[in-house]
Amino acid sequence: MDLTILILQGIIVAATPLLFAAIGELVVEKSGVLNLGVEGMMIVGAIAGFAMTIESGSHLLGLVAAATAGAATAAIFAVLTQFLMSNQVATGLALTIFGLGVSALWGQGYSGQSTAPLARLHIPVISDLPIVGPLLFSHDILVYLSVALVVGVAWFLNRTRAGLILRAVGESHSSAHAIGYPVVKVRFLALLFGGACAGLGGAYLSLVQTPLWVEDMTAGRGWIALAIVVFATWKPGRAFAGAYLFGGVTVLQLHAQGFGVGIDAQYLSMLPYVTTVVVLVIISRDKARVSLNAPACLGKPFYASS
Amino acid sequence: MRRLSNALVAMVAAVGLLAAAGTAGAADKVKVGFIFVGPIGDHGWSYEHNQGRLAIEKEFGDKVETTYVENVSEGPDAERVIQRLAQGGSDIIFTTSFGFMNPTIKVAKRFPKVKFEHATGFKRDANVSTYSSRFYEGRHVIGLIAGKMTKTNTIGYIASFPIPEVVRGINAAYLAAKSVNPDIKFKVVWVSTWFDPGKEADAAKALIDQGADILMQHTDSPAAMKIAEEAGIFAFGQASDMHRFGPNAQLTSIVDAWSPYYISRVKAVMDGTWESTDTWGGFDSGMVLLSDYSDKIPADVREMAEKAHDAIKAGTLHPFTGPINKQDGSVWLKAGETAPDGDLLGMNFYVEGVEGSLPK
Repeated sequence: MDLTILILQGIIVAATPLLFAAIGELVVEKSGVLNLGVEGMMIVGAIAGFAMTIESGSHLLGLVAAATAGAATAAIFAVLTQFLMSNQVATGLALTIFGLGVSALWGQGYSGQSTAPLARLHIPVISDLPIVGPLLFSHDILVYLSVALVVGVAWFLNRTRAGLILRAVGESHSSAHAIGYPVVKVRFLALLFGGACAGLGGAYLSLVQTPLWVEDMTAGRGWIALAIVVFATWKPGRAFAGAYLFGGVTVLQLHAQGFGVGIDAQYLSMLPYVTTVVVLVIISRDKARVSLNAPACLGKPFYASS
Repeated sequence: MRRLSNALVAMVAAVGLLAAAGTAGAADKVKVGFIFVGPIGDHGWSYEHNQGRLAIEKEFGDKVETTYVENVSEGPDAERVIQRLAQGGSDIIFTTSFGFMNPTIKVAKRFPKVKFEHATGFKRDANVSTYSSRFYEGRHVIGLIAGKMTKTNTIGYIASFPIPEVVRGINAAYLAAKSVNPDIKFKVVWVSTWFDPGKEADAAKALIDQGADILMQHTDSPAAMKIAEEAGIFAFGQASDMHRFGPNAQLTSIVDAWSPYYISRVKAVMDGTWESTDTWGGFDSGMVLLSDYSDKIPADVREMAEKAHDAIKAGTLHPFTGPINKQDGSVWLKAGETAPDGDLLGMNFYVEGVEGSLPK
C-alpha cells in the first residue's frame, strides 16, 4: 500500500483517542463544569474495555463497558461537585489520581493478557477502491463513531433546544435556574456524557492503538484532550482539527525520523506541542471572539438560591 | 498530573514509613528503599527492578523491609522522593534510572549514613555505588540474529533518550548486524520517553510502514512487541521476557536480572561490609540474560548466536572490536583494539554506517 495512505491511517489511529476525550470534555465545559479528571476517566475506560473484551470475547461489550466505566467515574465527580459542592479543580485532579490507582489495581490480573485488536471495517467493493477505500472506508467502527460524535455534538449544541439549554446553563446558571431549567441535572448528564466519551477514548488506546493493557498507559493524553478543548475555543469542528493536528504532527515526526531528516529528534518531539501552542496563540489574538465562546460560568459552583 | 500522583504517593509512603519507624524500630530490620521511573507493571525496565526487590524480600524474609515509589519523573521530583525515603529510615536506597543520578548524589551528601545504589549512572561517592549491566552484549547477539533474518534489510529501532546507554545499544546491534549483512540499514526513531505505550506503538507502526521487518526497542513497554505480532513481523523484547505479548513475533529478549546483585548488596549492608563500588556486569555475571530463542530462528543462525553469546561470556569476544570508525569517518578503534569501558560509558556518537544524526 502507498506509504502516504499508511501514514494517514497512522494519524487517524493517533488522533482518535484524543478526539473522543476532547469532544466529551467540550460538552462538559459548555455546560459550565471544568472536569480535569479526563486522564482518570480515560484510563478507567481503557482497563474496563480491555477486561470486558477479554472476559466476554466481544469487542462490542468491551466498548459498552468502557463507556459505562468512564461515565461511572464521571458520576463520582458529578456527585461531589454538583451535590456536595466540592471544588471542581481539586476534585478533577483527585479523580485523575483515583482513576490511575483504581485502574492499576483492577488491571493487575489483566496485564500481560492479549486480545485481538478491534476489527477493521471491510465493505466489499467500496473498501477496495484505490486510495479512497483504505483512507475512508476501512477503519474500525470507533473512528466513524468519533467523527459522528463531532457532527452530532455540533448539531446538538447549535441546532437543538436541549443544546441551547445546556449552553444557557454554562453561560449563566443563575439565569437558567431562574427561568426554571434544571441546572444540576443538565450538568450531571453532560458529565456522564463526557465520562463515557473519555472511556471510549481510553478503550481505543487499549483495544486498537496498542492493543494491550499496561498501567498508566494513557501517559498524559487526558491532559492533551483538555488543551484541545481550549485550543478549539469550545467548537466541535475545531476540536476535530485540534486532535488531528496533534495526532498528525506526532505521527509525521516519527516518520520524518525514520526517513532520517537532518533535524534533531528533540525538536521533532516538540513539534506537536509547539504547533498546538502556536495555533492557540493565533486563535487567542482576538480576545473578544474567545471570550464569546468560553462558557461564562465555567468552573463556578452553582448554589440554587430559593 | 504525574507529579501530583507522585506527590500523593510520596506523602502516603512517607506517612507509612514514619508509622513503620514508630512501631518496628526495635525489630532491627534492614530497610530497603526503591524508586522507579515507570510503573512496576510496565512489563519492562521497572518491572524487572521490582522483581529484584521481591527477590530481596524472599531471600531475607522478615529481616528486611522494602518500600518503593513508582512513576517518579526524572528531575526535581526525584530528589524529593529520595529524600523522603532517606528520612523514613531506609538503610539502603536503590535509584533505578539514569536521570536519578544527580538527585541521588545530592541527597546522599545529606545522609552520609544511608547507602545509595544508583543504576546506570557514573557519579559515585563514599556512600553511593553505581551498578549497571552490559546490555550491549545482548544487543550484539540480537544484532547478529536480525542481520541474518531480515528480508527487507531494514531494522526498525525505537529509542528513548540519546544517553550513552541507548547509543551504545544502537551501535552494538548495528555493528553486529552489519558484520553478517553488509546491506543492513537501521532506522532509528527517538520517542523522547521511557514509557508511553501509545507513542511506542505509533513509532512501531511508522517503522513497519517504512519497510522495517524486525523491530528493536529501548523503551519500557511491550507495545512495540504487540504491534509486531499484529503485523506478522519479528521483534526483540527489552528488559523483560515479552514472549506473551508476541508469541510469534519475539525472537528473544534481553532480560535484566537484578536479583543476584540486589541480594548481595543488601547482604553487605547487613554484614556491615558495604562499600562504594562500581559494578558493570554482563553475560558472565548473570546480570544480562537472553530469554529462550524462538523456534522461528533457523538452526544455523541460532548456532551463530549461541556461539557469540558463549564467546562474550568467556571473554574471548568483545562486541566493540576494531577497526571501527565513528560516523564522521574518524578512527575510533584500530584493528584488533577493543573499546575501553570509559569510551563505552561516555559514548555519544554513532559508528560509521548508522544513518541520521544523533540528537544532542
